[in-house]
Amino acid sequence: MIKLPRFRSPSLRNAISSLLAVIVAIAISTIIIVVVGKNPFEVYSIFLRETLGNPYGIGQVLFKATPLMFTGFAAGICFKAGLFNIGAEGQLLIGAFCTAIIGYVFAPLPPVILVPLCIIAGIIGGGLWGIIPGFIKATFGAHEVINTIMMNFIAAGVVNYLVGNVFFVPATVHTPEIGINANLPRLESFATFFHGSPVNLSIFLALGASILLQFYLSRTTFGYEIRATGLSQDASRYARIKTSRVMIWTFFLSGALSGLVGTNYVLGYKHYFELGFSEGVGFIGIAVALLARNNPIAIIVTALFFGILEYGSLTINVIIPKELANIIQAVAILSIITLTKVFDRYQIRLMEPAK
Amino acid sequence: MNSPIFQLAFILQVLRISIPYALPAMGATVSERGGVVNIALEGTLLISAFATTLATYLTGSPLIGIVCGIFAGVITSLLHSLVTVYFKADQIVSGIGINLLALGLTKFCCQLIFNSSSNSARIVGLETWSFLPNYPLLNNPFVPIAVVLLIGENFLLFRTRFGLRLRAVGENPEAADTLGINVQKVRNAGVAICGIFTGLGGAWLALDQHCFTDGMSAGRGFIALAAMIIGRWTPTGAVLASVFFGFSESLAIQLQGSYGAIQFFQIFPYLLTMVVLSGFIKRAVPPAADGIPYEK
Repeated sequence: MIKLPRFRSPSLRNAISSLLAVIVAIAISTIIIVVVGKNPFEVYSIFLRETLGNPYGIGQVLFKATPLMFTGFAAGICFKAGLFNIGAEGQLLIGAFCTAIIGYVFAPLPPVILVPLCIIAGIIGGGLWGIIPGFIKATFGAHEVINTIMMNFIAAGVVNYLVGNVFFVPATVHTPEIGINANLPRLESFATFFHGSPVNLSIFLALGASILLQFYLSRTTFGYEIRATGLSQDASRYARIKTSRVMIWTFFLSGALSGLVGTNYVLGYKHYFELGFSEGVGFIGIAVALLARNNPIAIIVTALFFGILEYGSLTINVIIPKELANIIQAVAILSIITLTKVFDRYQIRLMEPAK
Repeated sequence: MNSPIFQLAFILQVLRISIPYALPAMGATVSERGGVVNIALEGTLLISAFATTLATYLTGSPLIGIVCGIFAGVITSLLHSLVTVYFKADQIVSGIGINLLALGLTKFCCQLIFNSSSNSARIVGLETWSFLPNYPLLNNPFVPIAVVLLIGENFLLFRTRFGLRLRAVGENPEAADTLGINVQKVRNAGVAICGIFTGLGGAWLALDQHCFTDGMSAGRGFIALAAMIIGRWTPTGAVLASVFFGFSESLAIQLQGSYGAIQFFQIFPYLLTMVVLSGFIKRAVPPAADGIPYEK
């Protein structure tokens, strides 16, 4: 057997297994490309040229990465508390819908009031939707996984109803447009570099959230309580941490972060809420968080990686179906959880004294 | 008695809608009784529906299609058990990964083979099987098959040595291990059986709609999961809950046009599941070791 070096630092170990997972995913995608009879070098060179090789591509990648950052934070903060939030998809639907409705109803307000109001609407909408499974878990002990899955479908039903029957524009599946005062400017209006691409100011919201979250988790009492609850609920309770309050609050934060997805799409891009706009970013956020080991700063990096995949797959669609990106993402998820187990076990064995 | 609910067509519709809930729900019951949470049902349904479509398209025989669908279901489930039982990785995340893989892979292959990522070519369905024109209930061979499978599963789970071991492994793997039961093997078998059931469900989807369409499982895997919970992790309960969901969905179709009714019946199974899980209607309790990888 090949003797691998031993890594003492857990964060280095984590980084290595994440990197290995990405390598496995790319290797498998290369095999798939070869199997369907295409030239992987050609595919990858177009892929890289169109995503990172020109300003428009970079703008698109940033645009695609923004919602993944939010859903990545949402999944990550719950993981930190030892909770599972598969409900980001539903939370972002409700949040984005609230954002769009506030932007439409209060259209005449000036931007300095309206934009924050829309953002807060997203936070509250997503947060309240997220708090429900947290509350059910804390009060009745029902596992949050099933409840969050169920709430995704309930959210989809609710917005389907509202868009179809209450706030509808005939012959479309979207809400009326938000007021022009609620629009978040695109980056192209500040830097010609981004000319034509839809990346907008909401990416700074994501970057800000990342720093705040990192500070919150590592430097505040409540962040400490979240991490402690994640490590051991029993020990935390013994240390007088109110774990049920932590669960409920974490779920609120998680839902609120998912709810911010609407800032990118509704405020910054289409200016309305459209059914099916999310394209599963709620689920991919889980992969983003896993690959980043729930570290808010690392989530920015992994979200960018997934953003490259999302946009890049569109550019190679003429050669090979764009669903290749989903396959790479899925393989990355499966290999990260497998590799972590295998790698950690191997490293622990290396650390035991030789018999 | 003129109400549409009592007409044969309505009953047939209820059964038609219930089949793709009942089969995966029965499968999930086996998997979870052995301690493996399988939220990959959704993806398994998709992959087996695609396999059925492709095989039926190539051979012209729905029977071969069904066999391939089951085979694909088992393979997908074995991927889940490789990751979760063998490597002991998280079962929920694995399920999410497989669902994403299934969605991508089926669209990818559909585009390559049928030149459209949204739907396949038309395939022959089950009409060719109408062998008893006077008994329409029997013309859908999946109904008697499902009944036989239900009886078989009850027998397997509660009357055989394997069933006892499976349940032991799901409740207390340490104790089972101490008694010399190979926890991994038994759990793998449970997940594989789940794949057979779910594969059959996927085959039915494809043959019923005469083609593959992208994302055609449309949340059915999750409704099946809900049915399993409401059925309190028993095969009979899971089937009854599935038929109940089929019934409420058929009602929604009857009520089409009335304000908001469709959406209400769409979310109804999910709401009910949450209520049952929270313990408002006789609490549903999962097997004790459900979802926890067993590490010696």
